[in-house]
Amino acid sequence: MWTILGYALAMLGYAAEYAFSSNGVVARVAAAPRRELVTASVGGGPERVHDPLWDDPDGLSSPVADVGTAPSPAGGKGQRAAIFGKIGVALTAVAALAHGGALVTRGLAAERVPWGNMYEFVLAACFVGIVSWLVMLALRPAVRLLGLFVALAQVLLLGFALLVLHTQVAPLAPALNSYWLKIHVSAAALSSGILLMAFIPSALFLARDGWDRGKRSFPYTLGRRLPAADSLERLAFRVTVFGFPIWTFAIICGAIWAEAAWGRYWGWDPKETWSFISWVIYAGYLHARATPSVRRTTATWIGVLAWATMVINLYVINFVAVGMHSYAGVE
Amino acid sequence: MIASARAFWRWLTSMRTALLLLFLLAVAAIPGSLLPQRNLNPERVNQYLRDHPDLGPWLDRLWGFSVYSSPWFSAIYLLLFTSLVGCLLPRLAQHVRALRAVPPDAPKRLDRLPQHASGLAADGAPAAVAEAVAATLRKRRWRVAVREHADGVTVAAEKGYLKETGNLLFHFSLLALLVGVAAGSWYGWEGNRIVVAGPDHGFCSSIPQFDESALGARVGAEDLPPFCLQLDGFDVEYLDSGQPVSFAAHATYTEGLSGAPRQATFSVNDPLRLDGANVYLFGHGYAVIVRYTDRYGVSQTTVAPFLVDDDFLTSHGLAAFPDANIDPTGKAPRSDRAQTAFSCVYLPTVPSDVTLARSAHPAEKNPALMCSAYQGDIGLDTGRAQSVYELDRRQIDSGQLSQVGPETKLAPGESWTLPDGSTMTFLGTRKWAALSVRYDPGQQTVLAGSVVMLAGLLISLTGRRRRAWARVVPDEDGRSLISLGGLPRTEQPSFAVEFSQLVSVIEENHGRTVRPAADVDDPGVRPGNAGVRG
Repeated sequence: MWTILGYALAMLGYAAEYAFSSNGVVARVAAAPRRELVTASVGGGPERVHDPLWDDPDGLSSPVADVGTAPSPAGGKGQRAAIFGKIGVALTAVAALAHGGALVTRGLAAERVPWGNMYEFVLAACFVGIVSWLVMLALRPAVRLLGLFVALAQVLLLGFALLVLHTQVAPLAPALNSYWLKIHVSAAALSSGILLMAFIPSALFLARDGWDRGKRSFPYTLGRRLPAADSLERLAFRVTVFGFPIWTFAIICGAIWAEAAWGRYWGWDPKETWSFISWVIYAGYLHARATPSVRRTTATWIGVLAWATMVINLYVINFVAVGMHSYAGVE
Repeated sequence: MIASARAFWRWLTSMRTALLLLFLLAVAAIPGSLLPQRNLNPERVNQYLRDHPDLGPWLDRLWGFSVYSSPWFSAIYLLLFTSLVGCLLPRLAQHVRALRAVPPDAPKRLDRLPQHASGLAADGAPAAVAEAVAATLRKRRWRVAVREHADGVTVAAEKGYLKETGNLLFHFSLLALLVGVAAGSWYGWEGNRIVVAGPDHGFCSSIPQFDESALGARVGAEDLPPFCLQLDGFDVEYLDSGQPVSFAAHATYTEGLSGAPRQATFSVNDPLRLDGANVYLFGHGYAVIVRYTDRYGVSQTTVAPFLVDDDFLTSHGLAAFPDANIDPTGKAPRSDRAQTAFSCVYLPTVPSDVTLARSAHPAEKNPALMCSAYQGDIGLDTGRAQSVYELDRRQIDSGQLSQVGPETKLAPGESWTLPDGSTMTFLGTRKWAALSVRYDPGQQTVLAGSVVMLAGLLISLTGRRRRAWARVVPDEDGRSLISLGGLPRTEQPSFAVEFSQLVSVIEENHGRTVRPAADVDDPGVRPGNAGVRG
C-alpha cells in the first residue's frame, strides 16, 4: 500500500517535471515557425508563403541571419528571428534537461532502469534523439533550420507517449527482469535515437540537392539557405556510421537475451523481423554509399527508407503485430 | 552458353545486384511479420485460415504462413550469400596480395595529388634523407618502400590495411552465421511439455513424453541426451495488482542413464542448462485434484492441469473418469451412463462480484472450482482426437453424454453428491509449469560469428586506407629537397589534418629550413577537399 503511495507521489513530481518539459517544447514550436516561414518567403516569387498566423510583412524583406554558414546582411527582423531561434535552442536544452530529469525520477521511482515498457522506451529514445540533435547543432549550427521539425517530432512523440502509452510506474515483469534489459534496451534506444536523428541531415541534403538541381517546389525551397549539399550528406553518413554498429550490438544483445528468455536466439518475432529489415536496409545504405557508381542522392534515399523502417518498428509493430516484444503495456 | 553463365556470374557478383538482393531480403521479410507464422503461432494460422477462406489457402500455397523457411525466401538469401562469396573471394585474394605487396612508387607529379607539400629542405644526401623520412613514417606505423631513381629517391608509404581486413572479417562472419543457423536447424531439436509439480509427474527425455516436439533434419529420437526431471515446486510472487514479480521453478533432475539426482531452481531468463539440452520455463498454471467415488464406492483421484484463460489465471479443464462405475464384482452389466467427467472452471480468487466467472487475482486467495458433471460416453473410443481440456461437443449433441445435476461451486475440500449417489471431492490444486527443452548446436557459432562481425564492422567503418609519398632530390647546394604528396583511398575529411601533421613532423625532424616559397597547403582551404570537421 505504502509502496503504491510512494509511486503515486513520485509520479506527481514526475508529472510536474514533464509538464515543464512540454511547456518548453511547445514554446520552441511557437518560436520556430516564425523563422521557418520567413525563410521560405525570402526573395518572394512563387514560393512566397502567406500564413495569417505567422506572416510578417516586414519579414519578407529580411533575409534570415541565423542559419549558420549563410551570409547575413542582417536586418532587424532577421536578428529577431535569430533571437527566436536561439531562444528556441535554449528552450530545447531546458526541455531536454527536464526530459532527462523525468527519466531519472521515473527510474528512481521504479528502482530500476527507466526503459521497462514502451512508454519509457519512447521517452528514452526521444531523449537520445534530442541529445544527439543538440550535439549536431553544436557541430553544425546550420541544421537549426530543421529545429521546428525536431521539436514538432518531439511534441508528437512525447504527447503520443503520454496520452496513449502512459503506464503507471511498476516493477518489471519477470520476463524483463534481466541485466540484458539494461544492455539490450539501452543500446536499442541509443541507436534508435541516433539513427532517427540521421534522418535530419539526410532530409536537409535531399532538400539542398533538389534546390541545386533546380527544383523550386515546396520542400526544396527549404534547401536554399542550407549548407553545401555534400557536407550535409557527409554528416548524415557519419551519424549513420556511428549509429549502425550500436544497432548491430543491440540486435546481438537481444539475441543473447532471447536465448535465455525464450529459448532461441532468433525466432522471427515481428520486432526481430523489423530490426532485421532496418539492419539490412542500413547495410544497403552503407554499401550504396561506398559504391562510386551509385549516386549520393540514391544512397540517401535508401537511408531515408531505413529510417522509415525504424519508425515502423518503433510504433506500428507494437500495435499491429502480435509478438513476444509485448512490452508496450498499453491499457 | 559459357558466355551467358559468365555474364550471369558477373551480374550476380556485382554490387548493384547485391544491393537489389539486400532489398529483396528486406521486403521478403515483411509478410512474415504481418501474417501469423506456423512455427510461432499455429493457432493463429488456423484462425486466419478460418477467417479468410478464400485468401488463406492461396497464401498457404505461397508459403505465406512459413515465410522464413519458404523456397522464395531461401532463394533470396542463398543468392545473396552466393553473390557475397563471389565478391569476397576475389577481394580476399586481392587483399592478401596487397598485404604482401610493397606500396607503389610515387607518381611523377606529387603536386597533382589531393594533398601535397613541397619546398622542404634538409641537410644530407637524398638517400640518407629519404631513409630518415622512411624511418619517421615507419615509426608512425606506415608501411614504407624506398626506391632509388636516377633523379632522386622516393619514399612510398601506405597505411590502413586494417580497413579491408575488417571489411572481409565482417562479411566472412556473415557466412559463419549462416553456417551456425544451418547447423542449428539440422542438428537442433526441441520438446515442450506441461509438468505438474510432484514426484508422480516427472518426465524423461524421450519423444513420447513430450506434448509436442520438433527434431532437426539430422536428429533422430535416439539422439536426445538421456535425462529425467520432476518439478518439486513452483513459486510465484505477485503484486496486489496481480502482476507477477518473480517465478521460480524448483526441480530435481538426473542426467545420463545413471546420474545422481540433483536439485536446481530455474526461472524465466534463467534456464536450467543440462548437458546437451536447456530447460526453459514458458508458463505456469494450476492443476486441479479431484477425487471421484463412484456408485460402487470405488475411489479414483486425478490431477488435471487446467488451461490458463487470462492473466489472473482463470483456468478451464476437464477431470475425466472413463473407468468409473464398473461393478467390481462383475455382476451388474456396465451402464451406458458409467463414464463420468467434470468440466470445470477454476478461479484462484473469486471476485467480490460473484456473477463474474473470472478470477480477480492469480494467487489462490479465495479459490473455487465451478463444475458441470457429465455422464455417458466420453467418446474416447470414437477415434477422434480428444482435447484433454474440453469435452467433445459432438458426444453431448448426439445425446451420448449428458449433463447431470446443476453447475456446482466447490471450495477446496468440499464434496458434491451427484444424483446417482456418487461423489466428487475437490481436494485442492498443484502448480504446473510449461517447460520447453531445447538444444541448438549452432548457437556458439552464431554467437562467435556475431561478435567477430561486430568487430569487423567497427574496424571497417573506422579504418582509413591512405597513401603518402616523399620525393627527395638533391639541390644545387648539395642539400636535399623534399616534396610530399598524400592520397586518401576513400573519402576522409580528417586526412588533410593528418597530412599536414605529417608534413610538420617531417619538417621538424629532417627539414632545416623552409624556403620562403614553400607552399604547404592549408588543408581546409583548397577546393575539392574542404571537409566537414567535427
